[in-house]
Amino acid sequence: MTELPTSSDDTGSVATDSVDAALQSLDDEGMVGYNYAYLDEHTKREVRRSMLKAVAIPGHQVPYASRPMPLARGWGTGGIQASLSMLGPTDTFKVIDQGADESVNATNIRRLAETTADVATTTDTTEADLIQSRHRIPEEVLTGEQRLVLQVPIPDALRTVDASDAANRRRHGHRNYGKMWVHLYENVVEYGEIQIASRYPTMVADRYLMDPSPIPRWDVPKLDDADHLTILAAGREARIYAVPPHTAVEPLAFEDRAFTVERFPEKSCHACGSTDTYLVEVSEELGTDDAASFETRYACNDSSFCEKRREDPDLQKDHHLERDEVQWGPMTADADAGGESS
Amino acid sequence: MIILSVDGLTKTFDVHVLGDTRVVGLKDVSFDVTDGEFLAIVGESGSGKSSLLKCLYRTYEPTSGSVVYTTPDGPVDVASCSDRAVMSLRRDALGYTSQFLDEIPRVPAVDVVARPLVEKGVGRADARETARTLLSALSVPAELWEAYPATFSGGERQRVNLAQAIAPKPDLLLLDEPTSALDPNTRRAAIDLLSSYLTSDTTVIGVFHDTDVVEAVADRVLVLDDGRLQHIVPIEAYEGRVMSE
Amino acid sequence: MTLLEATDLEVVYGSRCHECLSSTGSRAGTNQCVNCGSVVACARADLSLEPGDVLGIVGESGSGKSSLAELLALEQASEATVRGDLQYAGYDGNLLEIDYQTRHDLRTSEISLVHQHIRDGLNLEFTGGGNVAEKLLSAGHRSYADVRERVSDLFEETEIPVDRIDDRTNTYSGGMQRRVQIARALVTNPDLIVLDEPTTGLDVSVQARVLDMFRRVQREENVATIVVSHDLSVVRLLADRTLVMRHGRIVESGLTDRVMEDPHHEYTQTLINSVI
Repeated sequence: MTELPTSSDDTGSVATDSVDAALQSLDDEGMVGYNYAYLDEHTKREVRRSMLKAVAIPGHQVPYASRPMPLARGWGTGGIQASLSMLGPTDTFKVIDQGADESVNATNIRRLAETTADVATTTDTTEADLIQSRHRIPEEVLTGEQRLVLQVPIPDALRTVDASDAANRRRHGHRNYGKMWVHLYENVVEYGEIQIASRYPTMVADRYLMDPSPIPRWDVPKLDDADHLTILAAGREARIYAVPPHTAVEPLAFEDRAFTVERFPEKSCHACGSTDTYLVEVSEELGTDDAASFETRYACNDSSFCEKRREDPDLQKDHHLERDEVQWGPMTADADAGGESS
Repeated sequence: MIILSVDGLTKTFDVHVLGDTRVVGLKDVSFDVTDGEFLAIVGESGSGKSSLLKCLYRTYEPTSGSVVYTTPDGPVDVASCSDRAVMSLRRDALGYTSQFLDEIPRVPAVDVVARPLVEKGVGRADARETARTLLSALSVPAELWEAYPATFSGGERQRVNLAQAIAPKPDLLLLDEPTSALDPNTRRAAIDLLSSYLTSDTTVIGVFHDTDVVEAVADRVLVLDDGRLQHIVPIEAYEGRVMSE
Repeated sequence: MTLLEATDLEVVYGSRCHECLSSTGSRAGTNQCVNCGSVVACARADLSLEPGDVLGIVGESGSGKSSLAELLALEQASEATVRGDLQYAGYDGNLLEIDYQTRHDLRTSEISLVHQHIRDGLNLEFTGGGNVAEKLLSAGHRSYADVRERVSDLFEETEIPVDRIDDRTNTYSGGMQRRVQIARALVTNPDLIVLDEPTTGLDVSVQARVLDMFRRVQREENVATIVVSHDLSVVRLLADRTLVMRHGRIVESGLTDRVMEDPHHEYTQTLINSVI
C-alpha cells in the first residue's frame, strides 16, 4: 500500500492515509464536495438561459459553454447537462438509451442524478417528470407536465449536405434550405421514395430546419403539436435547441413522395404481442444443445411499455390520460403518418 | 416609291494604330433606290463598294450624311438612329451577305439556311424544306446539307451564305460579291435563283464582280471611283461597258 | 418595356477616396487609385437591356467586365463598395439596395449567373439532375414528378445525355458540366442570364457546340443575356450589341458588327487588330 501524506484539516475532508480509505470516504459522503446536481449554479443558470432562448426561437441552435462531465463526449454529456440544470429534489427522473432503462449508459446517468441531485428515479414513463433519452421517444403519450431531453450527436441537419458550419449558419439565418431538398430529391432518385432512416430533416414552426436527433422516423410525428416540451442538447457540439409545446413540426417531403414511418409487416413483439409499437430485431441463441443456431425475433424497443403490455396486452398508449384517442405518432387514433403494418 | 434615300454619305476612318491616319472610304455619296429595283454597285478594288454596303447595313457608322429607309413605321435614318432601331430594321426588313461567311461552327448547312425562317415564325420542318430547295437550286450537293459549313470549299460556303440571306425574302437585300467564288455555271444558277425566288417587291443592292451578272439582272448600275459616286445609270446605258479590275 | 437600366455603376475595392475616379480609367491607364490604393474595378458604367437582348462585354484581364457582370447578376461582392442605380422591370427602387430575401428570390427565379469557374456554380457532389433541380426546389416546387420532368427537359434542351442525369456531376466532362450550369440557369425561365466567360476550360470543339446550343436556346426562349468574354469570337457569335471595357471603364459600345468592323476607340482598334 502506498503511503500518502495526511491532510492537517479533518473537518469534512477526505481521509488520505490510503487509496481505499479515500474512496471509501467519498462513497459514504455522497454529495459532499459536489454542488447539488453536480453542476455549479452558474453553469446551470447559463444552460437554462440557453434553453429559454431555444424555446423562444423553436428549432434554432443556441450555442452554450458545454462543461466537462464525468462521462466522455459522445455519451450524452449534453443531455446530462440539460437534465441536471432542470432537476429539483421533488422531480422523478427516467433515463432510457435506445428504449431501454437498463442499458449501462442509462443506468450510469440515472445513478449520477440520484447521487448528486437526490431525485427519485423510475422506469415508468407515466411517472416521470423529466425523461432523458438517447435516440427514442417513449411509446406512451407525454403530457404537458413532462419534459423530454434528447441526446444529440450532430445538431445541424445541414451537416449532411455541407460540412461548413459557417455556410450552414448563413443558410439557417436566411431559411435557405435548397441543398437539403436536393438531398431528398437524390434520395428519391436512388430509392423511389425518401429512405432517410434517422436524423430525418424536419421543419420547426415553418422556420428552422431541425435535426430531431437519431430517433427513428416512427417517433418524429410525436413532436408535432405535442403537449410536452422537448429539449435537444449536444455536449460535444455545444448546442441546445428546443421544440416548445404545441409547435408545428413537419418532416420534409414531396407532395407526391410523402413522409412515411417504418413498417413492420406481419411482425409482432415476441414478449407482449404488440403490433403497434416500434419493433427491433432480437437475435437469440436457440437453446444450449445446438450452439450454432440463432433465431431472429422481434421485440418492442420501449422496454418499460413492453413490460406493461405483458401484464395487459390491450393497454393503450394514452391509458394514463383522462381523455381518449390522443394523437401520438403512428398507430394511435387519427394518426395519418402513413405506414401501417399489414 | 423610294425605299432608300442616301444623301451626302461620307465615311472616314481614324486609324489610331497608324498614328491617327485618316482614311477616306466614301465621299459625299447620294442616290435613291426604288422599291423593287435591282441596283448593282461596281467599281475598282478599293473604290468603296463594300464600305458603301456596310454603311447601308450600318456595320460601318457613317461619318456624315444620311441613309434613310422607308419603313411601314416611317423613315429611319440609320446614320443617326439608335442601335435598337437598326436591330429592328435588320430583323424586319434587311438581308445582308458579306464576302465571308460568318461561321456558326456546329450548325449543319441546312439549319444555317433554315434559321432565319424559323426566327420569322416558320415551322422547323417547313423551314428546312425551303432550305433544301434553295441549296439544291444552288447546286450544293445533297450530301453536304447536314454537314458543317466550316469544312466546305469557298464556293460552297458562298452559296450557303446566299441561300441564308435570301431565304426569308427580306424587303431589301444587300449582297456583297455573292458569287465571286463560283464558276460560271453555278453563278448562272445563283442569279436565276435570285430572280425567281425573290418577289418583285424585293429590292436588291448588290456589289458584283462580274459584268455578265450585272447585265443579266440589274436595273441600274452605280459606279464608284475612289469613294465617290461617279455615275448611276440604267442598265441599258451601261451594257457593253467593260469592267476594269 | 426596358428590362434593365443601369446608371453610373461602380465597384471599388478599398476605401475609395475623392481621387479614385479621376486617377483611374482608360486614359489613366490603370484601375488602381494613386492616392489610396483602392482598385476601381468598374465605374461610370451605364447600360440598358430590353427583353431578349444579348449584350456582349469584352475586355482583357482587369478591364472590370466580370465585376460589372457579377454586379448585374446581383452577386454580392463582399469586400467591395458598390454604388449606382440599377432598375429592373417589375421591381421598385434601386436593385443594389434590396434586402437579402428579395435578392435571393430574384436570383433564384429571374436572374441567373453562369459562373466562369464550374466549382462556383455547381455542387460537384450532387448529381447533374440534382444541380438543376436545386433551383426549382429553392423556388418552392414540391412535386417530385414535376421537378424530375422539367430537369429532364432541360437536359435535352442543353444536349446533355439524359441517361447521365443521375450521375454525380464530378463524373461529367467539362463541356457537360458547363451545359449543366446553363441548364440550371434556364430551368426557372429567367428573364436574364449572365454568362461569365462561358468557354473557360473547354476544348475548342466543345466550345463551339456549347455556344451553338446556347444561341439556339436563347433565341427560342428569347431570354435576355449578358455575355462576358475576352474572346471576341464568342461575343461576335452571340451578342447583338457589345461594350468594350478597359481599366474599369466602358470605352466603346454599339452593335457588335459595328464595334468589330468599324472600331472607333483607339483601344478597341488595338483589341480588334490583335485577334490572330
